[in-house]
Amino acid sequence: MTDQGSPQPASREHGLALLREMIRIRRFEERCAELYGQGKIRGFLHLYIGEEAVAVGALQALRPEDAIVATYREHGHALVRGIPATKVMAEMYGKATGCSRGRGGSMHLFDAATRFYGGNAIVACGLPLAAGVALADRLRGERRVTACFFGDGALGEGEFHESLNLAALWRLPVLFVCENNLYAMGTAIERHQAQLDLPLKARGYAVAAASVDGMDVLAVEGAARRAAEQVRAGEGPFLLEARTYRFRAHSAYDPELYRSREEVERWKQRDPIPALQRALREAGVLRPEDVERLEAGIAREIDEAVAFAEASPWEPVDDLLRDVVAGPASGGAP
Amino acid sequence: MRTTYREALRTAHREALRRDPRVFLMGEDVGRYGGSYAVSKGLLEEFGPERIRDTPLSESTFVGAGVGAALAGMRPIVEIMTVNFSLLALDQIVNNAALLRHMSGGQVSVPLVIRMATGAGRQVAAQHSHSLEGWYAHIPGIKVLAPATLEDARGMLWSALQDPDPVLLFEHATLYAAEGDLAEGAGAVDIARAAIRRPGRDVSILTYGGTLPKALAAAEALGREGIDAEVIDLRVLRPLDGGAILASVRKTRRAVIVDEGWRSGSLSAEISARIMEGAFYDLDAPVARVCSAETPIPYPRHLEEAALPQPEGIAAAARELIHG
Repeated sequence: MTDQGSPQPASREHGLALLREMIRIRRFEERCAELYGQGKIRGFLHLYIGEEAVAVGALQALRPEDAIVATYREHGHALVRGIPATKVMAEMYGKATGCSRGRGGSMHLFDAATRFYGGNAIVACGLPLAAGVALADRLRGERRVTACFFGDGALGEGEFHESLNLAALWRLPVLFVCENNLYAMGTAIERHQAQLDLPLKARGYAVAAASVDGMDVLAVEGAARRAAEQVRAGEGPFLLEARTYRFRAHSAYDPELYRSREEVERWKQRDPIPALQRALREAGVLRPEDVERLEAGIAREIDEAVAFAEASPWEPVDDLLRDVVAGPASGGAP
Repeated sequence: MRTTYREALRTAHREALRRDPRVFLMGEDVGRYGGSYAVSKGLLEEFGPERIRDTPLSESTFVGAGVGAALAGMRPIVEIMTVNFSLLALDQIVNNAALLRHMSGGQVSVPLVIRMATGAGRQVAAQHSHSLEGWYAHIPGIKVLAPATLEDARGMLWSALQDPDPVLLFEHATLYAAEGDLAEGAGAVDIARAAIRRPGRDVSILTYGGTLPKALAAAEALGREGIDAEVIDLRVLRPLDGGAILASVRKTRRAVIVDEGWRSGSLSAEISARIMEGAFYDLDAPVARVCSAETPIPYPRHLEEAALPQPEGIAAAARELIHG
């Protein structure tokens, strides 16, 4: 089943909120790329640019008590979930004020307060975690959903198959969201998967599933709401495939030898941000000054985030062995 | 009270499940089958299928689910049938359980207990005879325990469940049937310190887990020759109780390390290095090691016995240190 419902935004306010979140992720990451070039951000930097509609749409279906398990391409999810841009940017810098106190960096954003359980950078390693978080909620009798994001590369890993089976067997409340951007790093999906029908794979494990256009934020939101409702009602896990595309390289080290410029340009025609602007304009709810106003607010927020990160202190080296195990900073090996 | 190591473990599970509603057990065949080593026999009937959960054969995922449930506030006990199968769950143990506290800047913890059988000695051949606890003891962020006595089989589980970090318990497969007396009121034990199982003056035999009975047998034999051996049960493989190791070696001035793991790149190498760093000038002889032969563990009994540390070899190593 392909979930084709592309509902109209409930209101002007909601439509603008979706637009704002997508632009916010885009501008935040564009700034991150610049800062990477300046050496302010180091390590791996995996940009979500092009895929914003998936996180923004899917997270609309979640409530504050729900949980999220994401991947190393999670800046967008973290921002939409409500981790302040200041703390996310400080984490990118590795500063002590970052959302993971600087210890994680770009790939390991965490926020216990919003049940944002990473920032997990081994492909597919988050799926079992999500099953466990959902199991804990279930055992406590909580009606909560755990949303687990992963890319198409995870489909090749055993943990994907094991986790779908376990979640279905135990009817765990997990909303699996496959962000199918057509590439596992540089390997196209048709070169790493024999079966390209993802919902069919899920149904092989008795997991309900649907596909949705991941470049259409309203469609993603609609599909995610329907899926989450089912999961919350205790009907077991759901796999939502969002077909999307990453406009930038896999990481800052990627020379992009595996795909053509034409292919990237074709997908850019489907950029989810202008697409939503068109939809809102057609619905008569977007005013000419709206985008400019949103952009100005976002620019201020990002400037503040960068200023905060710049001004923040480094963690003292004396704290090196902190947070290895609980208690005094011993590194667990006296 | 007469009991076995297996029964002591079962009692510990029953107590934990009764005392803390957050505790549940999951693993392969822990429920209806009763546990492949019968540790959890009867628990399904007593606590029901929500708390005694049979899992599919998917080590990585049920260990990962334990990590997730611990993250979300439960106190899971995950049984991996044997250490050999834990290799399928290395990603979740090493990349997730051990790292999440650190990577989150201390925001989350993983109060998870993972139990597994370890070791050789039952003629189950190479794929079922590993002793890889030393590998796990390499990893910051986890604790590694090796209960070798009835008291520790009874008491380490509860202590491990109180720990805010992941704890791995290695139960040597030859110990499950070990029988002895256990005090009626036996309960939680410390999981910080090594224990002197036999005090002595002449040589320190440092060991843990399945080789503890062998070390004690060697010490008895040495005693008959007038050599007074001290036997230290390390109990905690990470973090090692370095103080206890050095105190014993400084007293006896000689050390034999007994480890069923292979010698190369091993826990025994680590202990030896710590003795060099901390007690070099107290030694009257070089540190000796008795480890498994550098071969996969063979199936035939005579070859398996030859591959593993045995009391005769341990006694011979100690004798060599004293008589040269």
